[in-house]
Amino acid sequence: MTATEIRPTTDALLKTQAPKKPMNTGQFIRWLLLFLGGIAMVMPIAYMISTSLKWPHEVYNLKLIPDEPHLENYTYVLEDGRFYWWFVNSMIIAVITTVCNVIFDSLVGYTLCKFRFPGRYIVFIAILSTLMIPTEMLVIPWYLMSQQFGWLDTYWGIMFPGLMTAFGTFLMKQFFETVPDDFIEAARIDGLNELQIWWTVAMPLVKPALAALAIFVFLGNWTAFIWPLIVTNSVEMYTLPVGLSSFGDEADVAWELIMTGAAISTIPTLIVFLIFQRYIIQGVVMAGLKG
Amino acid sequence: MADLEIRNLVKRYDKTEVLHGISLDVEDGEFVVFVGPSGCGKSTTLRLIAGLEDATSGEIVIGGRVVNNLEPKDRDIAMVFQNYAIYPHMTVRKNIGFGLRTSKMSKTDKEARIDEVAGILGMTDLLARKPSQLSGGQRQRVAIGRAMVRDPAVFLFDEPLSNLDAQLRTQMRLEIKKLHQRVGNTIIFVTHDQVEAMTMADRIVIMKDGHIQQVGTPAEVYHKPANTFVARFIGAPSMNMLSGTVADGALRLGSGEVLELGLDAADGQPVTVGVRPEDLHPGAGPALVRGPVTVREPLGHETLIYVGAEGQEVIAKADGRTPPEVGEEVTLTAALDTLHIFDAATGNALR
Ligand SMILES: Nc1ncnc2c1ncn2[C@@H]1O[C@H](COP(=O)(O)OP(=O)(O)OP(=O)(O)O)[C@@H](O)[C@H]1O
Ligand SMILES: [Mg+2]
Repeated sequence: MTATEIRPTTDALLKTQAPKKPMNTGQFIRWLLLFLGGIAMVMPIAYMISTSLKWPHEVYNLKLIPDEPHLENYTYVLEDGRFYWWFVNSMIIAVITTVCNVIFDSLVGYTLCKFRFPGRYIVFIAILSTLMIPTEMLVIPWYLMSQQFGWLDTYWGIMFPGLMTAFGTFLMKQFFETVPDDFIEAARIDGLNELQIWWTVAMPLVKPALAALAIFVFLGNWTAFIWPLIVTNSVEMYTLPVGLSSFGDEADVAWELIMTGAAISTIPTLIVFLIFQRYIIQGVVMAGLKG
Repeated sequence: MADLEIRNLVKRYDKTEVLHGISLDVEDGEFVVFVGPSGCGKSTTLRLIAGLEDATSGEIVIGGRVVNNLEPKDRDIAMVFQNYAIYPHMTVRKNIGFGLRTSKMSKTDKEARIDEVAGILGMTDLLARKPSQLSGGQRQRVAIGRAMVRDPAVFLFDEPLSNLDAQLRTQMRLEIKKLHQRVGNTIIFVTHDQVEAMTMADRIVIMKDGHIQQVGTPAEVYHKPANTFVARFIGAPSMNMLSGTVADGALRLGSGEVLELGLDAADGQPVTVGVRPEDLHPGAGPALVRGPVTVREPLGHETLIYVGAEGQEVIAKADGRTPPEVGEEVTLTAALDTLHIFDAATGNALR
């Protein structure tokens, strides 16, 4: 997976296309940029995997291929009970948060999009404006609030700030604009109540957006670090990123173990992506047929 | 099934009033077509009947029941939308059955009803398909099926054919008419196409700017238009409008011709004389229009000729075999009983 290994295949690709359509400079530059971008994306992952296969003394040697690759780190991490705790914690939090976002963001987005009520615009602007406040600024009020309510070191404490997001609401509102009002009115005439209309008519039509939102929220929560680090105290309540960062002792950070845990923890994100990717493609196909 | 009554219906959006108190009686089983130019309030009226909008004032009565305060689902109506409003993520069967979702029928009864409706519409083989696998006409049929499945008292159609091509439109027009003869429910059908209105309706309601201009059978609105608007709106090509004045009960035309019509109007009153192109032709008789032929449009069995006179173009019908040449001076005439006389100031029919 080194650069030198990738280049020949790309070159080969370019060569096979060359006779049909000679490449001009612009195209070449575009390919080159994409290629460099690809490398930039792949390198951290390559190093993560590589490091997870190294012995501790090799870690600071930046060779991509370890001298003696081994799986001891994986055995160690998987046999360490804490890893499971953190994995389960992260999973519970990411799944619940994702489900909540998919439901609440789309409920609010739908309401803002399809109902005319006084103050609707103000509500929308208020929600949007929260996008401008960075998490770092919110962490202290969140903490104080959690302390008052006794939410510190609980799942609820970790999850509550993210159960709804302004971004998700905005995204869903925009997507519900693509659902024709006729669809909603037809269902109303057929006797469905507003909640049924939202669920059986509107939601299936924005599946691609829901899939994108789900991926986005899941990844965001799966990799969240600052807030879980602050709100949790006990090792059993740690999430994966917080837990992994605690590997090693005060004197030395065990990078090979952190990288091993990180490598394992990418698996669920891949699965989530593979599941929802289908809907995104479906959505593109559906949109194409509509015209 | 039921009759429908609209009493003094007013609809206002904020400050603009779009319906100015319309009243209408529709009998049980009648096929009524609302027609009028864009923005005249046809859809608004339909949406008020459906309960998708609230009336500002006035009453809507369906089957003897004032429905103003009822939810759409409780009004015993079904609506077919211009864009079909059939759900792309559901099969044809699900779409047709959607109208039964909230009904208390048993599952087997529902299935039987869906099959029955699909049978009537000739869609039995398509039930398992998704809308994306259907043609435009088939989609329209699904939308109609969805409305039919509940057997509502009143069907509401809002320009359901305007997304179809001309040929399919003619075909669906016929199908809807046959369907009406077969199921017999009351139908309110909105269109801005006067041919659609003429061919389908038992009665036509012609609207303009939120007012009803005339209600009548196709023959009535064609032969006895209440005003110049209706006269010009119904019939293609449009009725020719000539100006004249009343003189001693007779009509003096711009061409100088005086017609003894026995008009009951004040001396010197300006009037508008309407004459349909199909009634106007070159020949001997009272000379209504004199002028040169500017354009000819051969239609086979007859030819439309455009004649320049009184600063406008008058359309007349000439024989298909030996029409006058372009540039030729012609005199156009018509039977006196085919003339429509309107008050020039108000546009209302005098005769
Ligand atoms: N929600 C609304 N708010 C304000 N004005 C509206 C609204 N809906 C319709 N109108 C106005 O009411 C008038 C009648 O509209 P309507 O949709 O009933 O026309 P229409 O006869 O159906 O025309 P078309 O043939 O174009 O469908 C129009 O002038 C329109 O601008
Ligand atoms: Mg309309």
